[in-house]
Amino acid sequence: MSKTKKMMYINRKAPYGTIYAWESLEVVLIGAAFEQDVSLAFMDDGVYQLTKGQDTSGIGMKNFSPTYAALGDFEVNKIYVDKESLEERGLTLDDLQHLVWEDEDEDWAEKDSIHLVSRAELSDVLADQDVLFNF
Amino acid sequence: MLHLVNKSPYDGSNLNTATSIMKSGDTLLLIEDGVYGAVKAGKAASLLEGHTVSVLGPDLAARGITKDKLADGINVVDYAGFVDMVEANDKVQSWL
Repeated sequence: MSKTKKMMYINRKAPYGTIYAWESLEVVLIGAAFEQDVSLAFMDDGVYQLTKGQDTSGIGMKNFSPTYAALGDFEVNKIYVDKESLEERGLTLDDLQHLVWEDEDEDWAEKDSIHLVSRAELSDVLADQDVLFNF
Repeated sequence: MLHLVNKSPYDGSNLNTATSIMKSGDTLLLIEDGVYGAVKAGKAASLLEGHTVSVLGPDLAARGITKDKLADGINVVDYAGFVDMVEANDKVQSWL
């Protein structure tokens, strides 16, 4: 067996203007089955993917935003959101979905999946990865 | 003239180009990812100052943007309103 790799998916596109966001989510969910050490970064327009209250009924596209809430169940619980990108767009953490996971080592305590990070912190997280996937 | 912008103002220069070329009497309609430019708290909202701006409602809803988040004076239209705007203008310029 090969050793577990640290894999990060970097999301930088808004959700409906292109197919990147949805494709990324699909690859993340498929990849989660292979028991790798997965983390996600959302920066630039990618932060829009996590906003709450999305209703696509008027544009004839699938609203895939509820799926982000399932990531915790797939042990995808390291989600880094770039603070600068939020601020530039007039968004705060309150505008994003509250994503959580349950820690089985602590009696299934519910914990936040989203970590708001500075560019410098994100830079350190990137440097620590084995593989980077870009969407 | 009606100007259409369908790209995010934070991922390219489309909104900047459109608003800097618009003349008085011209109208801007933000659609698809262009609607992010209409959010009052965002940095790009300053580009809209002094312009007549509309935004497509279904694209706002898809992106979870409620009307209270919009910059002042922005008009929200539906698809029928989009058609009316095309009809009311002699030319349409799409900043693709």
